[in-house]
Order: sequence, then structure tokens, then C-alpha cells
Amino acid sequence: MMRFLLPLVAFIVLVAFLLIGLGLNPRQVPSPLIGKPAPEFQLEQLHESEKTLTSKDNLGKVWLLNVWASWCVSCREEHPLLVELAKSGIVPVYGLNYKDERDLALQWLRQFGDPYTVSIRDPEGRTGIDYGVYGVPETYVIDKNGVIRYKQIGPVTVEALETKILPLVRELQG
Amino acid sequence: MSLMFLSGPLDLGCRQTRAGRRGELLKASRIFLLLVLVLALPSSWAKEAAPVAEDPEIERRMIHLSEDLRCLVCQNESLAGSRADFANDLRREIREQMRANKSDKEIIDFLVARYGDFVLYRPPVKSTTLFLWFGPFIFLAIGAVLLVVYLKRRRRQIEDPVLSEHQREQAEALLKEGKGNNA
Repeated sequence: MMRFLLPLVAFIVLVAFLLIGLGLNPRQVPSPLIGKPAPEFQLEQLHESEKTLTSKDNLGKVWLLNVWASWCVSCREEHPLLVELAKSGIVPVYGLNYKDERDLALQWLRQFGDPYTVSIRDPEGRTGIDYGVYGVPETYVIDKNGVIRYKQIGPVTVEALETKILPLVRELQG
Repeated sequence: MSLMFLSGPLDLGCRQTRAGRRGELLKASRIFLLLVLVLALPSSWAKEAAPVAEDPEIERRMIHLSEDLRCLVCQNESLAGSRADFANDLRREIREQMRANKSDKEIIDFLVARYGDFVLYRPPVKSTTLFLWFGPFIFLAIGAVLLVVYLKRRRRQIEDPVLSEHQREQAEALLKEGKGNNA
């Protein structure tokens, strides 16, 4: 009996591990920046390029930093949600226009709506590297002390918004 | 190819005194051929080769370092081999930091701080990766113990067969028969 039972149990354990492995998303690389201060930046604004925004300007409030680009297809997918979120006024959304051209970015916002309190430009992707961006879109939740509390990899979904982002924002807003 | 061709006219030059007119004619035709070929070369060949990088030493170091780093966009490619735009950006970053005299370790720390251990193809040994590093050896040890136990048990099961007189005779008869057939 043991002769068959032991390999069977070993096989079932192996299959269980493989099944769990199949359910994991290899694109979801946990960010080491969670719980760390948001990297500093001073970047030119998209709409008024003579103005800049620095990471310190947002100290004292909870805000979202959404990394997007006009060449990014999934950004269109999440965009209506961001527009809606901005309208609700629950939390300000700042846009980091990543490796894009100014004209294309502005045109894109005219076409799909502009949810961003302020948009900043990172044409060479340097601030992106500091934030550990490796694909667009990505969205960060940053608290009043300027600490990154959450990172959404890929488009913001209704589910992610309702189960993770908004509850966290409310908690952080205190 | 071109070297072989070039050796022709030179060679001929040495032999010319003995070969006389025929040699001279041959020489002329070869030089003519050489000229035609040289003129036929694409003009772009005349340009100097574009430098692979501004500093080949830094390029060598960068490639050596990024071979052990994962490109997060195409996760089964190294940063050195990936053609993703993102990999390009990171290679540029590594080059710049090398030019700023940062050590390899400082650059790796920089990347790990932003992208986590996932960026490394060789994960560091720490509490969460102990099983990853030593798990295979544990399995090897378990396998070795099981093998020894199994072999010992098997040895006990093997008994030397005892043949009766009758069986021995039968066996000898069979062996003899076999020999006879062969012969």
C-alpha cells in the first residue's frame, strides 16, 4: 500500500505547487519601495513647461502618482476610471508622463480627458527608474509624509480601486 | 580572400626577372583586376568604423555586469541581451554611473533599491532565499538516504540459491548441450 501511497502523495503535493505557480502573475514584481520615502524629483510640468513640480510640493496630503504615456495602450483602459476618480475629488491624481512627447501627450489628454491635478514630464525615463517603473501604467499611493504605501502595476481596475486603493487612501487620510 | 589575391602580384614581382614578358603581362592584368576590385568596393567601406561606445572599457564592464541582471520587461532576458526600450534606459543608467566612478556593487545596490532582488539573476543568500539555495541539497540528501536504505533492504532479500544434486546435473547437461550446438 505504502508503495503507491507515497508517490501519489508526492505527486499531489507537486501538482498543488504547480497550480499555485500557474495562478501567480510573474509581472507582479513586489516593489522594494513600499514603505520607503518617495524618490525626490523636480520635473517640468506638461501644460506649463516653465513651471516645475517637486516631490516635496505634495507633503501633507495623500496623493496618487499615475505613470502614463500616450503610446501606452493599457493607459486608455484605465483612463476613464482615473477621470471618474478625479471628478469625485476623493484623492488628487498626479500624472507622470513617461518617455513621451509633449505634443502627443497634450493631444492625448484633450482626447481622453485630463484627470490630473498636475502633469509632469519625464521624457527620458529617469524619474521612472528612481520609482522602479518598468512598464506603463503604474500607480503609486503616497501618504502625507511622502512615503510610498502602495504600487499598482498595470492598469487601475475597479476591483483594485475598491478593494485596495480607496480603502488605503481613506485610512491614510485619517 | 583579399589576402590571397594580394599575394599574387607581390609574388610575381619577385619572379619577374626570370619569367620575362609573359610575367609582365600577367602582372599588368592582375594589377588591373586589383584596381577594378578596389574601385568596386562600396564607398561606405572607406569610412571609419563607428565606435561601439564612447568608452570600450566601460562598455565591456557594463555588459559584464548586465549579463547577471534581469530585464523586467522580458523577464527571461538579461539586461545585456534585451532589446526592450526599458533595458536600453537601464544600460544607459549603468554606463553613466560607471563613468561617475561608481563600483559594480554600488550600481547593483542602486538597481536593487528600485527594482528589488528580482532584478538579480543570482538571488542573494538571506532568510527568504535559504530554501532556494539549499533546498536542492536537502532533496539530494533525502534521495541519498532513501537510496542507501533501499539498497540495504534489497541486499537482505537476495539469497544464494541452493541447488539440489538433480538440478546441478540438469544444469550441466544443458550447458554441455549448448556447447555441442555451438561447435
